[in-house]
Amino acid sequence: MFYREAGDYKTSYQDDGQTFPIKFDRYRYYFVLFVAFAMVPLLINDYWVNAIFLPFLIYSIAAIGLNILVGYCGQVSLGTGGFMAVGAYACYKFMTGLDIWIGGVQYALPPINIFFSVILAGLVTAVVGVLFGLPSLRIKGFYLAVATLAAQFFLVWLFNKWSWAYNYSASGQINAPEREIFGVAITGPSTEAWASYLFCLVIATITAIIARNLTRGASGRKWMAIRDMDIAAEIIGVNPLKAKLSAFAVSSFYIGIAGALFFAVYLGAVEVGEAFGIQKSFIVLFMVIIGGLGSIFGSFAGAAFLVLLPVLLKLMLADSTDQISGFATTMSWVFMAALVGSVGMLLVSTLRHRSLIAGAGIYWIFAALASFMAYALAIGGMGWPTDIVAHMQLVIVGALIIIFLIAEPHGLAQLWRVAKEKLRLWPFPH
Amino acid sequence: MKKKLATMAVAAVMAAGPVMADLVFPSLSYRTGPYAAGGIPFADGYADYFTLLNERDGGIGGVMTKVPECETGYNTEKGVECYEATKGEGALVYQPLSTGITYQLIPKVTADNIPLHTMGYGRTSAANGKVFSHIFNYPANYWNGASVAINHLLDTNGGDINGKKVALVYHNSAYGKEPIRTLEELAKKHGYELSLLPVDHPGQEQKSQWLQIRRDRPDYVIMYGWGVMNQVAIQEAANIRFPMENFIGIWWSGAEHDVTPAGDAANGYKSVTFHNVGSDFPIFDDIQKHVVDKGLAAGAGDQIGTVLYNRGMYAAMLAAEAAKTAQEIHGTADITPAMMRDGMEALEITEAKMTALGMPNFGPSFKVSCENHGGPGLGGITQWNAADKKWSLISDFGPSDMDVILPLITADSESFAAENNIEQRCN
Repeated sequence: MFYREAGDYKTSYQDDGQTFPIKFDRYRYYFVLFVAFAMVPLLINDYWVNAIFLPFLIYSIAAIGLNILVGYCGQVSLGTGGFMAVGAYACYKFMTGLDIWIGGVQYALPPINIFFSVILAGLVTAVVGVLFGLPSLRIKGFYLAVATLAAQFFLVWLFNKWSWAYNYSASGQINAPEREIFGVAITGPSTEAWASYLFCLVIATITAIIARNLTRGASGRKWMAIRDMDIAAEIIGVNPLKAKLSAFAVSSFYIGIAGALFFAVYLGAVEVGEAFGIQKSFIVLFMVIIGGLGSIFGSFAGAAFLVLLPVLLKLMLADSTDQISGFATTMSWVFMAALVGSVGMLLVSTLRHRSLIAGAGIYWIFAALASFMAYALAIGGMGWPTDIVAHMQLVIVGALIIIFLIAEPHGLAQLWRVAKEKLRLWPFPH
Repeated sequence: MKKKLATMAVAAVMAAGPVMADLVFPSLSYRTGPYAAGGIPFADGYADYFTLLNERDGGIGGVMTKVPECETGYNTEKGVECYEATKGEGALVYQPLSTGITYQLIPKVTADNIPLHTMGYGRTSAANGKVFSHIFNYPANYWNGASVAINHLLDTNGGDINGKKVALVYHNSAYGKEPIRTLEELAKKHGYELSLLPVDHPGQEQKSQWLQIRRDRPDYVIMYGWGVMNQVAIQEAANIRFPMENFIGIWWSGAEHDVTPAGDAANGYKSVTFHNVGSDFPIFDDIQKHVVDKGLAAGAGDQIGTVLYNRGMYAAMLAAEAAKTAQEIHGTADITPAMMRDGMEALEITEAKMTALGMPNFGPSFKVSCENHGGPGLGGITQWNAADKKWSLISDFGPSDMDVILPLITADSESFAAENNIEQRCN
């Protein structure tokens, strides 16, 4: 009813080509930006920032970067962790004053402002990414994945070995000293929650807008042409060398920025093997797969999903509290009743259709899950042993990846797209 | 509706505020992942000691204790989440049992005014209380451990290890790299030859390192390992028939689960320690009576009396004693994290105190001061007996070479102070 093109007249080419052609979408986008920039900073505390918002924003940038490479250009990469490490160590060197030794004499730059350190770290990573992207001109698919895997292991080894990269500290750890923008601390221990949040939000917003426009424009079309069929693309005049290497450069630039923020703003102290291991490459790849290949929104959705899910599971299952208000107790009974009801209906439906998911079965499964979640949150967590919850989390994330690969290979972004298509016709679908 | 919710939230916070009567000792544990074998017994020991205090004494100074557990999986990101989630509950002291998480928390806890106790791990130079106001690593640190191991070699060689070859097999992380500088300094002093063999996380693959040991034939191997790396190293050492009595692990490489997979071949393997081993102490009767028999034991309850369980219990004991000290100093039973910090700085552990707690000769006697957050750095050597399946202490808690270690601590902590513009305290 509200969500439609009709009545929203475009009078210029610029209007016609905008990212959100539907008015409702556009206002929703402005509203999200308004909430994120003007309301969230007033409401958040240390926990929300350090456990949810910072990892979400930073992983989103990394996921956008990997999505450009994997989703738009079709070049599989398992080197994300290594490239993040390049960003982190480059940022560390820039923010502490880059030192260069030539013939035994030390030349040192003064420490660079943290914002520019992050951008420069992205540029350094882009160069490294192009170097490791060179094999993509000869090999593709699994073989390219293995070549990028080599980058992952090589870079981690390098930052463990090369003491110049960590300023010769005894432990090989890098620590982000306190750095300010306009007199407000952005890194270091005495950072206010809103400051580090806004810093990451600004960078995430800018990078997302640039990525969106890159992928809509000529370079994005070239990447997609290479992804869909590289020989055909070459025949119609796309230069594979430029297209592939530019995808590697842009992707690594984003991942480098994410790595720099991950180290400087989020964690504050980093050790390369632990923070940027192969694990990191996989988790960002999972974000891209669950979120949706070839979608900027999907990168955000995937990052949100994989950052929020463990926290939600922990709150639901592992936590426990002694003091429950009367209201919560009442609500927990309601949710408990709903849980029992939906499990009962699921049983009935299963018996009737001789199948778990036939008929309304699938909806009862979702209803049971939702009421269980609500119940667990209402009573302040189930208080299960922490190790069981940690294992369950692995099982659930793994199962979700399999489910997504089978049921919806285009990820959360595709669900969102389908929902929008349906919304366009609502309430008269015929 | 939103206003209503906000009002309710405020009301809930205000209602929950004054009820914070428990003394909260969060346990950032890891019962999953490649380091779980070490994380589980430590977490069990830590939790059981506080359960014992609650059940037997009614808490500390009449205030019950609470140990909320948060799973980190030895992962720094989860460690941050756990820290942020628990610090609001009035957490008195953090013990993350991970050097990586410690490095993250050092600036954070200092800013939040909560003490951090990294017993035998973490940043060694935190022993300098002049720079690190909120970080404690008594009774011993990594560099003490390295020195104790070298001292043991000196003892077994009649005081002369000139020209001997010593290999260091270490976890290739901040933790494993810690002792290198100390061992290099000691090599200059004692004239042994040091070779370095890093093992990457998690440490399941060590064939090439042990091949090199087989070729170089070092006289002694010192190991800084953790988790699955220990078992693999001991198995590999057994495979190349390296004499086990010449193989010394740091205290994180000397638990039952590290040596049992190698069976009889592990007999004679040695490890440095800063506390006693075994379950031959009166306190274990109390734990049996008040914790196990009541069905309150943490985890599966099958770790009691193992090396790392004892270490967790020892950590809890030191925390509880520091809380008592804080209660005495400030004259209130309901202490805050800032008071806890004062208690830790004034902590004194004597033999009489330990005997009264049912832990005679369990660890060294020591006294913490404003300048020295690292204790005396005493350490002993334990040896594994594969036939009896028991660790036993084969030396007293002896001193480490503070002449070498102190200048290193001062240098490292002062460079940290300069990097972070920290003014020195205790003047």
